Amino acid sequence: MAGLEIPTWDPQTAMLIGSILLEAVLLYVGYAGLERVVGPRLMKLLVGGARDAQ
Amino acid sequence: MLSSLTGVLDSSPEMLALFIGFGLVVGLLFGFFGMGGSFLVTPALLMLGYPASVAVGSGMAFVFGTAVIATLKHHDLGQVDYKLGAIMIAGTTVGIEVGRASVFYLEELGLAGGIISVVYVFLLGGIGLMITREALSGDGDGGGIDHEAAADEDLSDYEIPDIAKRIQQTVRIPPMVTLRGDVRVSVWVITAVAFSTGVLSGFLGVGGGFIRMPAMIYAIGVPTPVAVGTDLFEIVFSGGIGSYLYGQSGGVDLGIVAPLLFGSALGARIGSAATAVVDADDIKVYFGGMLLAGSVAVGIGEIGSYLGNETLELVGLVLVIGSAVVVAAAIVFTTLRSLRATRSRASPAAE
Repeated sequence: MAGLEIPTWDPQTAMLIGSILLEAVLLYVGYAGLERVVGPRLMKLLVGGARDAQ
Repeated sequence: MLSSLTGVLDSSPEMLALFIGFGLVVGLLFGFFGMGGSFLVTPALLMLGYPASVAVGSGMAFVFGTAVIATLKHHDLGQVDYKLGAIMIAGTTVGIEVGRASVFYLEELGLAGGIISVVYVFLLGGIGLMITREALSGDGDGGGIDHEAAADEDLSDYEIPDIAKRIQQTVRIPPMVTLRGDVRVSVWVITAVAFSTGVLSGFLGVGGGFIRMPAMIYAIGVPTPVAVGTDLFEIVFSGGIGSYLYGQSGGVDLGIVAPLLFGSALGARIGSAATAVVDADDIKVYFGGMLLAGSVAVGIGEIGSYLGNETLELVGLVLVIGSAVVVAAAIVFTTLRSLRATRSRASPAAE
């Protein structure tokens, strides 16, 4: 355990890391969509309009 | 896999809320300063009582997820040198494995938590002092990374630092490679930088960008935007392999990583957008202060743990999370104030 290791194939760990990768991609896409939909309305609420703020 | 997923479901609502909230704060700092979020996660997990291998392994898996999201953005901006990234992956991966093996070795001796905390005290304290001094003397370069602005500049316009020029002229051991921005450097220089920052990543569970980025700029001579983009691309692979190795040893807890990532992905968007509105020099001094507070917090937590004093451990935890929250709040507040000021100036003009 304490020595240097060469990575060996472990389906369970691969799925664990894969699920983190999948979550990251979904969050990137999901938050981008959310920003497009909610962003202008939120800016309007916070500062009174996105166009004025630019 | 199923046990990992049930790990998320088994987490109490309070812990889920804490991790999502902390992730939001960490993401905001990362999005705004381009670094500095991840190295608060491992100390916070250590202070929450997680074993060192879980704190470092989960911290690294979180860094991996964050790097995936950030790299997707930098790829769109054309700021990734894939050749440099590919060369660095090998050196960093070996370095991470050396760092990881050291953690498990120290854990067997029962020294891992203590030694990692001490390294964090010096690392956070040193970088915090450097940033605070730079911010107070007013010769910073902005600190925040305006990704869109950086993309517009011609990479060959960036001036190579003198020290990088000297290294390029002195170390000419073949094979030599040409990188983006017309930089010609020995593969061995790149490998040495990659290995040493990899050891740090594997030992502390951090991305290592705060060391690797300056190293790429000052030792290899890469233009700053390419250093940022390539660093993140490289972390996707090295962080992925590091997380895999820690995951094989049971060191990655999805109940920690998933909610942290959920919050940080949103925070990073807010932080990144704020760089277009706020001058980071205004906030950089708080960032330096936050790192110093983090250093003191880890020290207090470790003394509390050594003495078995739970109050001191709690004070340390509150201080490390509290200081990050204060700086994140300062970024949001300053951004909103700037936006409102811009709007009120624009309104009379429109009338």
